[in-house]
Amino acid sequence: MPIHDQGYRHYSGRRGLRGGAWWVIARATILSEIRQRRVIALLLLAWAPFLVRAVVIYAAANFQQASSILATTPQTFREFLDWQNVFVFFVTILIGAPLIADDRRANALQIYLAKPLTRVEYIVGKLAVLFAFLAFVTWLPAILLVVLQVLFAGSLEFLRENLFILPAITLFSLLQIFVSAFAMLALSSLSPSRRFVAMMYAGIIFFTAAMNNALFRITGSRSWAWISPNDTLDVLADAMFRLTTPRVIPVPLAVGAIVALIAASMLVLERRVRGVEVVS
Amino acid sequence: MTSVVQLDRVSVKYGRQAALRDVSAVFPAGAVGLLGPNGAGKSTMLKSLLGFVTPDTGRMEVLGLDVKQSPLEIRARLGYMPESDAHIPGMNAVSFVAYCGELAGLPKADAMQRAHEVLYYVGLGEARYRNLETYSTGMKQRIKLAQALVHDPDLLFLDEPTNGMDPRGRDEMLELVRDISKNKGINLILSSHLLPDVEYTCDYVVVLDKGALAAQGPIASLKGHAGRVFELRVKGDKAPFVAALGAAGIECPAPDDEVMRLFVPEDTTSAVLFQLAAAHGLQVRHLRASVPSLEDVFANAVSGAR
Repeated sequence: MPIHDQGYRHYSGRRGLRGGAWWVIARATILSEIRQRRVIALLLLAWAPFLVRAVVIYAAANFQQASSILATTPQTFREFLDWQNVFVFFVTILIGAPLIADDRRANALQIYLAKPLTRVEYIVGKLAVLFAFLAFVTWLPAILLVVLQVLFAGSLEFLRENLFILPAITLFSLLQIFVSAFAMLALSSLSPSRRFVAMMYAGIIFFTAAMNNALFRITGSRSWAWISPNDTLDVLADAMFRLTTPRVIPVPLAVGAIVALIAASMLVLERRVRGVEVVS
Repeated sequence: MTSVVQLDRVSVKYGRQAALRDVSAVFPAGAVGLLGPNGAGKSTMLKSLLGFVTPDTGRMEVLGLDVKQSPLEIRARLGYMPESDAHIPGMNAVSFVAYCGELAGLPKADAMQRAHEVLYYVGLGEARYRNLETYSTGMKQRIKLAQALVHDPDLLFLDEPTNGMDPRGRDEMLELVRDISKNKGINLILSSHLLPDVEYTCDYVVVLDKGALAAQGPIASLKGHAGRVFELRVKGDKAPFVAALGAAGIECPAPDDEVMRLFVPEDTTSAVLFQLAAAHGLQVRHLRASVPSLEDVFANAVSGAR
């Protein structure tokens, strides 16, 4: 008789509450991503602008000569988030492209959806992965910069004068994250090839920006900015950070364009994330 | 008879193509074979029961729960082994199976322990730390079984579990399937077009053909109702002879075969076959009484449905 039975045994332990599967998906994927050197390298690189800005804020707070030209204003944080957009692009491509595409390639969707989890939980799990990494390169460093500003200045004066700064950073970071994450997930659900998905995403970002510029040259009007997600986000960022730069399109139109993009992405996800693919 | 799955007038269409047509079937507890040729609607039926496909009409119950109203409760008690290769990319076997356990609601530590146990049970104990993408076809079949078993389901859906396996691997898989249903008390539905697989592992069978129910019942009784079976080889023009057989109530599902299997009513003797052959100028080269097999049940059911 064996000391330890290696045959099949029934399970009588606890079973978790429903609704937690998204966290299982998110946790496993995040852990798998941060084991990759290139992901670590990209995340570290994404914090380089933070270091530069931190030095600038330190200089402005401590050196009289520097404070006149390097003074910290709401625009400082707006520009910081604008610069971080580069890393949002690369993080979205590197981490986002395989999220659903790899599952499609390996027929994993039917494994997932045969478990007691809904399609919404699956998508939320995948979104949470991108959300975590994108927040790590946008919201977190921006908020830390505000904290550093307060610490280096030794007063809360800047925050008191700009009470909107923390909500603006949070809201704009969320917008950046949601637009990138939803668009990428929708594209990732369209193909089993992560490379093709990455190319589609890059193509859409560059093509829409190029279209906007081309239409500006042809018509002399910037009112086509809504076709480019990045240019539309710029309009909203300027409004959130209360900058006085002229808006190339009205804010409601910019909001409408972003909402339409997210809604279209959700529609694609609704149609593509299924346990069975029906080919008409 | 306790049933684990019930379908009541279920129809499923993919566009204009009907995949299931007004199917009513009962799957009793134990091991049930879901038989049918390719394209008969077996996988569609399983996917409908899992909630992947919404039927156009009809009602389905799994483990006493309505599929439409309680899909998550059903899937928590169900294990599904898909037909095609399926895994989570970038994982080794033990992390994949543990991950599936967690997705099914098991706590992390329990899922990991179960993963080790189940992998040993399906014969992948030694290969459990290997990346899944390096697995052979047979190993991929076993890992799919392991992920379906990790949360100790009450009912297993096995879709073509021996697909692509070598003869030894196939035998081992069938032994596992048999052990799961006979000794571990887990109900299972085995979808297959391989009759010997179903005959070896199941007691009950549901036969589908072109999306419709062709037959259902205990294998033993279906075999019993097949009447008498003869193997017959003749020389000459078979077409009028086969037509005459049909007129005499003798079924011949595969008249083009060299050796035809004939389903003869209980009250008909072999002398009738000789008389018909002589009447059509055919030489009888071989005539032997045979034992009804599941293959005959299947052939009868499928030819009957047509």
